[in-house]
Amino acid sequence: MAKLKLALYWAASCGGCDIATLAIGEKILKLAEAADIVFWPVAMDFKYSDVEKIPDKSIDACLFNGAIQNSEGEHIAQLLRAKSKILIAYGSCSYEGCIPGLANFFNRQMIFDRVYIETQSTDNPEKVYPQSKVLVPEGELEIPDFYDTVKTLAQTVDVDYFVPGCPPEEKTTWLALETLIEGKLPPKGAVISHSVKAVCDECPRIKKEKKVKKFYRPYEIIPDPEICLLEQGLLCYGPATRGGCGAPCPQANMPCTGCYGPVEGVVDQGAHFLTALASVIDSDDPTEIQRIINDIVDPAGTFYRYSLPDSLLRRARIK
Amino acid sequence: MSWEPKIVGFLCNWCSYRGADLAGTARMKCSPNVRTIRVMCSGRVEPTFILKAFQLGADGVLVLGCHPGDCHYTEGNYKTLRRMSLLKKMLAQLGVEEERVRLDWVSASEGDHFVSIVNDMTEKVRALGPFRQNSEEEKHG
Repeated sequence: MAKLKLALYWAASCGGCDIATLAIGEKILKLAEAADIVFWPVAMDFKYSDVEKIPDKSIDACLFNGAIQNSEGEHIAQLLRAKSKILIAYGSCSYEGCIPGLANFFNRQMIFDRVYIETQSTDNPEKVYPQSKVLVPEGELEIPDFYDTVKTLAQTVDVDYFVPGCPPEEKTTWLALETLIEGKLPPKGAVISHSVKAVCDECPRIKKEKKVKKFYRPYEIIPDPEICLLEQGLLCYGPATRGGCGAPCPQANMPCTGCYGPVEGVVDQGAHFLTALASVIDSDDPTEIQRIINDIVDPAGTFYRYSLPDSLLRRARIK
Repeated sequence: MSWEPKIVGFLCNWCSYRGADLAGTARMKCSPNVRTIRVMCSGRVEPTFILKAFQLGADGVLVLGCHPGDCHYTEGNYKTLRRMSLLKKMLAQLGVEEERVRLDWVSASEGDHFVSIVNDMTEKVRALGPFRQNSEEEKHG
């Protein structure tokens, strides 16, 4: 059997997803038996022009991590879509926008002002901003255009499958690779994970009735290691997050933050968690409800930590 | 054609929808800007519905339920109250003005109260202008 041709790419991401692909350990040998890597900028030396030269649909599968935040990411997304038979949004950034997607609380000018003018360590009295084109004696230099709004991969090009996680757990990565190697492809649009249920389903903590009078941030309390974290007033995202990760965070006494994305059938993960959270508030009195809600310092940032670009509103309105 | 606010109204079957019905049968005059959707309980209104309404072009969303203590299902409206309070705090961070989302209570006998809420909200949303997901922001560059 001919070997699979595999491409890996990173757009707006931290590099953690590329490391996660290596986290499969010795299984990488199995991967090497079954597949040739034809493009992987983080690990091997390729040029974009090499990819441009190969015929369309000649890459069997592309694992694309990272959100789309500039013209380079968008260009390569389109290029790899054309060259790949199967395009997989690998990891939360390309699936839902993730941490780079929090840029959608601002716009380009606000981000530039912060980064190039306001930060304490910046010395930029002439207020120089990055230009996409600049003329130097040797000729014109070009850098990618930075966008106002971060997009997911599926908002940019047609995507076949999604692999959740920030970054995906080793077993999830292997499930996706195994699916490709064995050719047992799920229906188009599927999210590849071991579970369609919530993280709570995999979490071994004792769960009773959830009634919360006060919410805490993780540094404010040392939680009991046996009892459900949400019942202890921590904003544990488990009820609104797809399982398959094996609930490692709650088992390490940290609340789930929602990186595996929404459970099957849910459109907007943040709104779904909001619903779950509001229903555990133990009060019928408007003033007390408001006081309990005030414990939640940053609801939008917490609920949409991984999914603002993929949410119904996609971004904050800037006046 | 001049712009008119589009408001989606989720009305609970047992109190508020009947209040609206009463306003109609009593021929009270009322702004025509609220598109009514009847739900069995205001507790049925998920935040997703409200966000979806904005995504599809609504300028405001009105949720009406039974007065506290009067819920047909005992405490559905209390759940709505908790949810809407949290949703409003979140929407403020996303740049959605407070007046665009309103939770209120209307009983089956309060046709006049229904009319005053609808008129008041329509004028407040009119003053704010169209919701418009800032389309210029969606563009690149």
